[in-house]
Amino acid sequence: MSTEVAEVKEVKTSEPLFSKKNRKLVTNPLDIDNPITVQVLGICSALAVTTQMKPAFTMAVSLVVVLIASSMAISVLRNTIPSRIRIVVQLAVIATFVIMVDQVLKAFVYDVSKQLSVFVGLIITNCIVMGRLEAFSMGNKIGPSFMDGLGNGLGYGIILMLVAFFRELLGSGAVFGFKIFESIGLTYPGNGLLLLPAGACIVVGIIIWVQRSLNGYRESN
Amino acid sequence: MENLISIGVRSIFIDNMIFAYFLGMCSYLAVSKKVTTAFGLGVAVVFVLAVIIPINWLIQKYVLNEGALVWINSDFASIDLGFLQFIVFIAVIAAIVQLIEMVIEKFSPALYGSLGIFLPLIAVNCAIMGGALFMVGRPYNLTEATVYGVGSGIGWLLAIVALAGIREKMKYSNVPGPLRGLGITFILVGLMSLGFLSFMGFSL
Repeated sequence: MSTEVAEVKEVKTSEPLFSKKNRKLVTNPLDIDNPITVQVLGICSALAVTTQMKPAFTMAVSLVVVLIASSMAISVLRNTIPSRIRIVVQLAVIATFVIMVDQVLKAFVYDVSKQLSVFVGLIITNCIVMGRLEAFSMGNKIGPSFMDGLGNGLGYGIILMLVAFFRELLGSGAVFGFKIFESIGLTYPGNGLLLLPAGACIVVGIIIWVQRSLNGYRESN
Repeated sequence: MENLISIGVRSIFIDNMIFAYFLGMCSYLAVSKKVTTAFGLGVAVVFVLAVIIPINWLIQKYVLNEGALVWINSDFASIDLGFLQFIVFIAVIAAIVQLIEMVIEKFSPALYGSLGIFLPLIAVNCAIMGGALFMVGRPYNLTEATVYGVGSGIGWLLAIVALAGIREKMKYSNVPGPLRGLGITFILVGLMSLGFLSFMGFSL
């Protein structure tokens, strides 16, 4: 009995990585606090890289890596960064991790890296990373920062994959480059509109509409 | 001269930052509720792009390209600093934005009053970084790069003022609850982008 009490106490002081509060940090951004559809961060890349699922997936993974790494780095450094120059410090940290990711992509998946063109570099100015560093990592310990980075990265990834799924399926009748309609003996001519920038905006708009009808989030106009 | 006009028109209408590449989308959606503030931010973006693009062009040519450091010493011919591109560009952008802010504050308090709050925001606007990275990928000389920078900025300004105008009118329409705010804005941007597609057929 007494050992149990001691355990609980210890839990309270050090707070394990997967406590209820920390799990919330991961699950909230997936739906009710989604970085793209609710916080309106990181839209540029969500629209630009989603014509096909493969580049969208690469982009999502890159962002998760950069976000987690820079969240943790800033969280460790947070007490040593003077607040006047914090933006520049944050940018330098993010840029370092983006360069690493970019070099890895160029080395191992060169064709996808070519397809993503400038958008890997634009992770530096992706508002999700800056926004989360500024709003969360600057004031929290490394554990919660890791969870927050993971959650927001995944929330971004989910929307990215969803948009890419609809655009690739309806736009060119494929999923991850696999021609779904042809494999079951149907011909699908492909809807070119969805591959254009205009299609991306409308797909995101509709996803936001559906999501908000489901979870009841409303914006006062 | 013709070449420059062609690059200018191209960057304003055909390769529009917003409608063709979705660059600077975050501030585009966040600051487009009123025409006057949208115009202020748009002017700031034009200004910053017009300064940043030529500076980054010079840096790319004389520092980052492979063998670019030859002008210091011929031993440096084999050095390729291309991998530093991102961090150098973002540092230059952040520094120049800070500098512009200080200069404007000193010499034109009125302009500072209207642009002031937007300038720091611009450092993290993807339109600036995106413009710089696109410029590197194209074979422009210094004049062409400057024209490209100004043109991209004007394209962005046009797009944000147009959206702000539409959103001001949208206040009076009865939009379904869940679509209100962000959702309908996205669909609007989609429709505007469809309109801008009509410029695609122009060959210059």
